Amino acid sequence: MVPILTPLGRTFLVFLEAAGRLVIFTVSALSHCFRPPLYPRLILRQMVEIGYYSLPVVGLTALFSRMVLALQSYTGFGRFSAESAIPQVVVVSITRELGPVLAGLMVAGRIGAAMAAEIGTMRVTEQIDALTTLATNPFKYLVAPRLIAGVITLPLLVVVADIIGVFGGYLVSIYKLGFNASTYITNTIDVLETQDVVSGLVKAAVFGFLITLMGCYNGYHSKGGAQGVGTATTNAVVSASILILSFNYLITELFFAR
Amino acid sequence: MSKPKIRIRGLRKAFGNNLVLDGLDLDVAEGHSQVVIGASGSGKSVLLKCILGLLRPDEGTIEIDGRDVVGLGGRALDEVRAKFGMLFQSAALFDSLNLWENVAFGLVQGKGLSRRKAREIAMERLAEVGIGEELSTLYPAEISGGMRKQVGLARAIATEPEILFFDEPTTGLDPIMGDLIDKLIRKCTRELGATGLSITHDMASARRISDRMALIYRGKVIWNGPTAEMDTSGNAFVEQFIEGRTEGPIEVDFLQEHA
Ligand SMILES: Nc1ncnc2c1ncn2[C@@H]1O[C@H](COP(=O)(O)OP(=O)(O)OP(=O)(O)O)[C@@H](O)[C@H]1O
Ligand SMILES: [Mg+2]
Repeated sequence: MVPILTPLGRTFLVFLEAAGRLVIFTVSALSHCFRPPLYPRLILRQMVEIGYYSLPVVGLTALFSRMVLALQSYTGFGRFSAESAIPQVVVVSITRELGPVLAGLMVAGRIGAAMAAEIGTMRVTEQIDALTTLATNPFKYLVAPRLIAGVITLPLLVVVADIIGVFGGYLVSIYKLGFNASTYITNTIDVLETQDVVSGLVKAAVFGFLITLMGCYNGYHSKGGAQGVGTATTNAVVSASILILSFNYLITELFFAR
Repeated sequence: MSKPKIRIRGLRKAFGNNLVLDGLDLDVAEGHSQVVIGASGSGKSVLLKCILGLLRPDEGTIEIDGRDVVGLGGRALDEVRAKFGMLFQSAALFDSLNLWENVAFGLVQGKGLSRRKAREIAMERLAEVGIGEELSTLYPAEISGGMRKQVGLARAIATEPEILFFDEPTTGLDPIMGDLIDKLIRKCTRELGATGLSITHDMASARRISDRMALIYRGKVIWNGPTAEMDTSGNAFVEQFIEGRTEGPIEVDFLQEHA
């Protein structure tokens, strides 16, 4: 019995330690987001990094996934002669789910990895120690600007992705499936409710927080040279992706469960 | 000896089973330049990191100006750290900033100087360590390892701290640059009145920059005395170390294993 229980207990303790470390990290990171001094220049630079440079990748994902969505739902709905519902399906599924989730996953791959690698390298080359000795708190200087930028930028990115996505659905519906352009647009606008958009933006903000938090946390606690930084990068992307999918469910539940 | 600026008593630090510091005592008097020597892996860098509050010792006290700093946090710790300047063994320059921004960092972030004023001071400091103005807009990845050390030193002294820590300041430098750096360190401690605690393997440099030397072995200071008395110490450990012999009381693990 004991030989089985010992490793089990040890694993559990390691898990608890990691969970505790993450909680402490999150709390102190958050507290630094609300206490001056904030670094506007650093926040801005991160916003450009997260938002502007992610635009191509997020835009393309949005465009193609929505075009496919329109095509597929045409095939499916055609069986019930419900083709006219395509504008509604496209816009609702985009604003509520696909927009934030796909953008979140793409940004997690791009930004989460980059942040973990950058901060991780700073950790293993003692740059974080150097920051500390120069009277600068690494949470304030490295972590807080990234978290703030993530929470602000992801919703903006998702708005752009939504617009591009609806446009993609529009293109396919008009030029391929032979819809009437003005009916498509009227239908789209009619069906869209504030709650759809709001829930999508809330999701985006939460995902922005999760992505940057995982990037910073894994980077900050990386150890052991280049290999450690590699592990941190992988962990940042994987954990952010899993968190995005599970929080997506939770938030949907909060908004739409009756 | 004037009153100690740094006073360390019973310092213990272990990483898992690896006991690195084992009851280490050390005093550094105000305005003095202390050099710590010891074999690779004997815990010299760990000692500095404990003093800087980057590592938390398991036991012992570290007093700066009579105040125990172990376990200090928040504003109190910031106050103490404002007295420190540190050159890391790997220089640890910020690779996202160019050279003068690296040197100016403590002035802008720590002391709240304007960028223009900080840039002026940074340029002066860079010139002092032998880095010309034309190099000041390069990034750390674009200069050699030795030059990084020079810039790291300029960054450490930029804010004119009361206590300076140098982890192998001249390693990787050519002899002429090494001499320039030695002179600069001496200037900081003798003329500007800063207290210095340096680590080095370069015995010639150690003799030039130190008032006192301490030898660390097995986690303790086993000899500590004025630099001038080093050659006549009569201590077998010290003699073995300065002569660089493998035979003697200092056990060289590698040789033992293969004997
Ligand atoms: N963060 C750490 N985690 C685990 N062990 C560490 C850590 N830092 C240092 N050590 C261990 O502490 C011991 C002393 O390391 P330290 O870097 O202080 O040596 P040193 O005296 O500075 O050597 P050198 O002259 O080569 O720089 C080494 O055995 C090292 O393995
Ligand atoms: Mg060292």
